[in-house]
Amino acid sequence: MIKIAELLGAPIGASAHSGQVDTVIGAVHVLMIVLFVGWGAFFTYVLIRFRQKRNPAANYTGTKSHASRYIEGAVAVIEVALLFGLSVPVWARQIANPTPADQALTVRVVAQQFAWNVHYPGPDGVFGRSAVDLISTSNPLGVDRDDIFGRDDVVSVGELAVPVDQVVRVELSTLDVIHSFFLPEMRVKQDAIPGMVIPLSFTPTQTGNWEIACAQLCGVGHYRMRGFFNVLDQRGYESWLAERAPEL
Amino acid sequence: MAEIEIPYNSTNHPDTGVYNAKLGIWLFLASEVLFFGALFSSYILLRVGAGGTAGDWPLGADLLNVPLATFNTVVLISSSMTMVMSWASLKSGNFDAFQRYFGATIGLALLFLLVKGLEYYAEIFHQRYPSTSTFLATYYTMTGIHALHIIFGVAVNAYHFVSAKRLYAEEPERFTNRIEVAGLYWHFVDLVWIFLFPVLYLL
Amino acid sequence: MGELQATHAAAHEAHGDHAESFIRKYVFSTDHKVIGVQYGVTALVFLAVGFFLVLLMRWQLAYPEQPMPLLGGLFGNRMTDAGVMTPEFYNQLGAMHGTIMVFLGVVPLAVGAFGNYLVPLQVGAPDMAFPKLNMASYWLYFLGGIIMLASFFLPEGSARSGWTSYPPLAVLEPGGQTWWLIGMVLLINSSLLGSVNIIVTIVQLRAPGLQFMRLPFLVWAQLVTSFLLLLAFPPLEVAGFMQLLDRVAGTSFFMPTGLVVDGQAVAFSGGGNALLWQHLFWFLAHPEVYVLILPAMGIVGEIVANNTRKPLWGYKTLIYSVLFLGGMSFIVWAHHMFLTGMGTAISTFFQLTTMIISVPSIIILTVLIISLWGASIRFSTPMLFALAFIPMFGIGGLTGLPLGLSVADIHLHDTYYVIGHFHFVVAPGTLMALFAGIYYWYPKVTGRRMNDTLGRWHFWPTLIGLNGVFLPMFLVGMAGVSRRLYDGGTTYAHAQDVLWLNEVSTVASWLLAAAQVVFVINFFLSLRNGKKVEDNPWQATTLEWATTSPPLGHGNFASPVTVHRGPYEYSVPEASNDFSPQHQEST
Ligand code: HEA
Ligand code: HEA
Ligand code: CUA
Ligand SMILES: [Cu+2]
Repeated sequence: MIKIAELLGAPIGASAHSGQVDTVIGAVHVLMIVLFVGWGAFFTYVLIRFRQKRNPAANYTGTKSHASRYIEGAVAVIEVALLFGLSVPVWARQIANPTPADQALTVRVVAQQFAWNVHYPGPDGVFGRSAVDLISTSNPLGVDRDDIFGRDDVVSVGELAVPVDQVVRVELSTLDVIHSFFLPEMRVKQDAIPGMVIPLSFTPTQTGNWEIACAQLCGVGHYRMRGFFNVLDQRGYESWLAERAPEL
Repeated sequence: MAEIEIPYNSTNHPDTGVYNAKLGIWLFLASEVLFFGALFSSYILLRVGAGGTAGDWPLGADLLNVPLATFNTVVLISSSMTMVMSWASLKSGNFDAFQRYFGATIGLALLFLLVKGLEYYAEIFHQRYPSTSTFLATYYTMTGIHALHIIFGVAVNAYHFVSAKRLYAEEPERFTNRIEVAGLYWHFVDLVWIFLFPVLYLL
Repeated sequence: MGELQATHAAAHEAHGDHAESFIRKYVFSTDHKVIGVQYGVTALVFLAVGFFLVLLMRWQLAYPEQPMPLLGGLFGNRMTDAGVMTPEFYNQLGAMHGTIMVFLGVVPLAVGAFGNYLVPLQVGAPDMAFPKLNMASYWLYFLGGIIMLASFFLPEGSARSGWTSYPPLAVLEPGGQTWWLIGMVLLINSSLLGSVNIIVTIVQLRAPGLQFMRLPFLVWAQLVTSFLLLLAFPPLEVAGFMQLLDRVAGTSFFMPTGLVVDGQAVAFSGGGNALLWQHLFWFLAHPEVYVLILPAMGIVGEIVANNTRKPLWGYKTLIYSVLFLGGMSFIVWAHHMFLTGMGTAISTFFQLTTMIISVPSIIILTVLIISLWGASIRFSTPMLFALAFIPMFGIGGLTGLPLGLSVADIHLHDTYYVIGHFHFVVAPGTLMALFAGIYYWYPKVTGRRMNDTLGRWHFWPTLIGLNGVFLPMFLVGMAGVSRRLYDGGTTYAHAQDVLWLNEVSTVASWLLAAAQVVFVINFFLSLRNGKKVEDNPWQATTLEWATTSPPLGHGNFASPVTVHRGPYEYSVPEASNDFSPQHQEST
């Protein structure tokens, strides 16, 4: 099943739950293809067999068979099975109940026109205060460096780095308009809604250098709101973070 | 171009039991129910949302003039009653009574608009604008849209008032039907106010 | 009466000799046939405009850094930079393409034109129930359309926040969003008048003997469509008012507290809710997509019955399915919002309703296909388009299923997969059906047939072109390329493998455009040179063919008609003809 989504052109899945997403995509495409080929074959056959030249006089009654009812019923049953068997459990486990902050590496991702700001809590593991009036080009999130928790915070513009094989919890928000945080290889996508902080979690299972895409129209720069997304090994992650640590 | 005859303009359809315009106005009112339904739903959502992070939701009575609005409620309900009376007068063939009641309906509606205008004036005088808070935005929008409905109703009624003699002489039944339809609209607008008043001023 | 031919309205020919009445007959007419033609011509022009806008976009998507050939210089500095379109202009084109296609093109053609022209004829009525409202409906539509188009010429350009106009972006953006909102309010009122009219006409003005279960399928489709328009549009009107106030009066209905734009706190009181708009918008826009498809299904039903020379198999099933579809369409809207942060219960509800609503569509398509069994199929030009509708809608509908499963939608939401999905239903689907309808009823309206050879030269390139444009989009979307990207995803690494498909789509869109030239030529040429037809050229059974072609003047039927049987009595055993018209007493 996993392979079907990739056969259809999906990028590699490199997170713990990407296989489950791909299973849903794969399974429903199998159903779609079977239906399309089945109906298509019948359709073609009928068009040829009942063309005027071959069948000059039509039959008032048509078919008496009720086979179509059973097929329609079966399709409905399969759809509901896909829904409750595959989609709902994944949603309940993965999307609606993201891993709590104390069991994951937690970062804040704050979208703005047209950049992704990533806020790490720093060594103390606690996010500092941030305030609108502190926002400046050098401090895009307005982190209060006088706050004891804020001093060691790391803010990275346009680049999210995480260690491989660890649960990452992203707390997603936006400063201005709606954006959508999309990590294709992680099978992660979540709209960032003004006025809300929406948590999500995922576990990368492969290292790699990928991208953050913005999936929701957010203005003239929507097309260039591209960020970088790097899954590093533990060592690489630590040194990446250290390079960006503010001087104390 | 000869005027063509549309069936069931003034008589009831034997199966459905209504004439065209009556069915039309019921359909229109169904869409109005969704229109105001959406407004009230938005009101609820915004109000519930305000309970959380976004500050408070003032009590209507603290900002708005409840006595004036109560008076206006009475005015509007009276106008609904005169509307019924005007239609009933037509039904019983008393054209003069119709004109009195119908004129009163229009007069009461204008009085309502005047009072509403005074309320707006007082709010603006106190520098309470739609942009001041989401409560005020909701207040102005809901009452404003309702007032637009009243203005529309007044315009329709005024037209009928002015041309009543001619239309009644030409096609008395059709004219009576038109007044009935205008009345249904009027009662609906009235009913909306009965919901608006407690929701905005009292709760 | 003979001079009251709608043909003349279509060609907008001025008759010098009775210029005085010209305005009342053809411009401010209350005759549903004239209004239907007015709707049809205006909508076709808007379709052409919408297509033109998207051709510009397709150039940009395939060749992002190259100046537009020929047209590059036309647009001036505001829209282009050295002949290359600016991202501002791209976003305007996108928003206006969607808006124009949906609200000014397809719906006015499907409901305004086909509904207006055909419903009174098919129910045997002299006109719509409220002819004056009908006229008002058209002029509101016209005005709304003009306002939309005019917004391109504002100093800051037109709306640019997508046809969905999500706030806060739509509130904050400069430009024609205000005009967009005003235009929408006019269009909504136009459609309210129109839908009340159609419903009352169907309920009240049916000819004697025409019970509900004898109505042509198209009339049923129009009836349900009108209910959708009547009930789903008002919430968007409310939302439109609120967004208008947010823009012009500084209210905060959709503006939450604490927004920061460009490092500056925005000057709004706050306290609003950005998702409120989405709920109100999709509460309309999901039923709206069935407004786009139901009349198309109705048209296909009529043409399939006529060209198979047999009744539709399962007429009742068809009608119950349409009614069920109409009802369900009010409770699936949030499947457009799965990724706005939804809990399990709500997402399960909307996934379930979405799966359920796919079933009546499957049934309708199945009924249409099974109707072909035992037929004697005539591959006339309208039938070709109607038949193509079936598998094309199939592709569009089936690709709706993964979008309806929220977990699959995680990957597919807001990618080109969605663009592929809905274009297959609206373009190779609905547009094909609308073309079918134009070819089928053209003789009714004008008294002449469109040319069949040109019809085929229109059909095949259109079919190939549409598939060429939209099939690649599924692959592009699967690869994860977002929609509404000015450069088609050029900078994204995950898009590199599929960028060549953008070019395929674009080249196919040129083929598509070339095919439409054939259509336009055929359309106008046939007005004069088309083969003259007798009253019932397709040997059809429904009531619109019981009057002359083109119909008599205002009033439709020379004498009142009475109905004696169901809509599709073709090839009745032992009847003398292979068709038994509804109004004929004996077969
Ligand atoms: C006419 C318009 C139309 C129609 C009919 C549909 C029909 C359906 N749509 Fe679609 N949809 C749109 C227009 C339409 N849609 C638009 C415009 C958007 C995007 C808006 C935007 O974001 O801008 C959208 C987006 C959209 C989304 C949101 C995606 C996202 O943003 O992430 C979803 C999700 O559930 C969805 C689902 C469905 C489903 C399940 C159906 C079902 O009803 C389909 C059921 C039909 C079938 C299952 C086909 C059955 C047929 C056969 C089996 C026969 C085959 C025949 C042969 C082979 C001969 N649609
Ligand atoms: C009914 C709706 C409809 C229709 C028919 C179409 C038709 C087409 N659409 Fe559109 N499209 C939308 C609705 C529609 N679209 C919407 C809602 C969006 C989303 C916008 C947004 O992001 O907000 C969109 C977005 C959209 C995009 C994505 C842009 C982006 O995300 O950046 C693209 C890209 O290729 C596209 C292409 C096309 C093409 C090539 C056609 C072709 O099929 C067009 C073919 C047209 C014809 C065949 C018309 C022929 C008619 C005539 C020539 C008239 C003749 C005249 C006379 C006789 C007088 N569309
Ligand atoms: Cu941010 Cu698109
Ligand atoms: Cu939908």
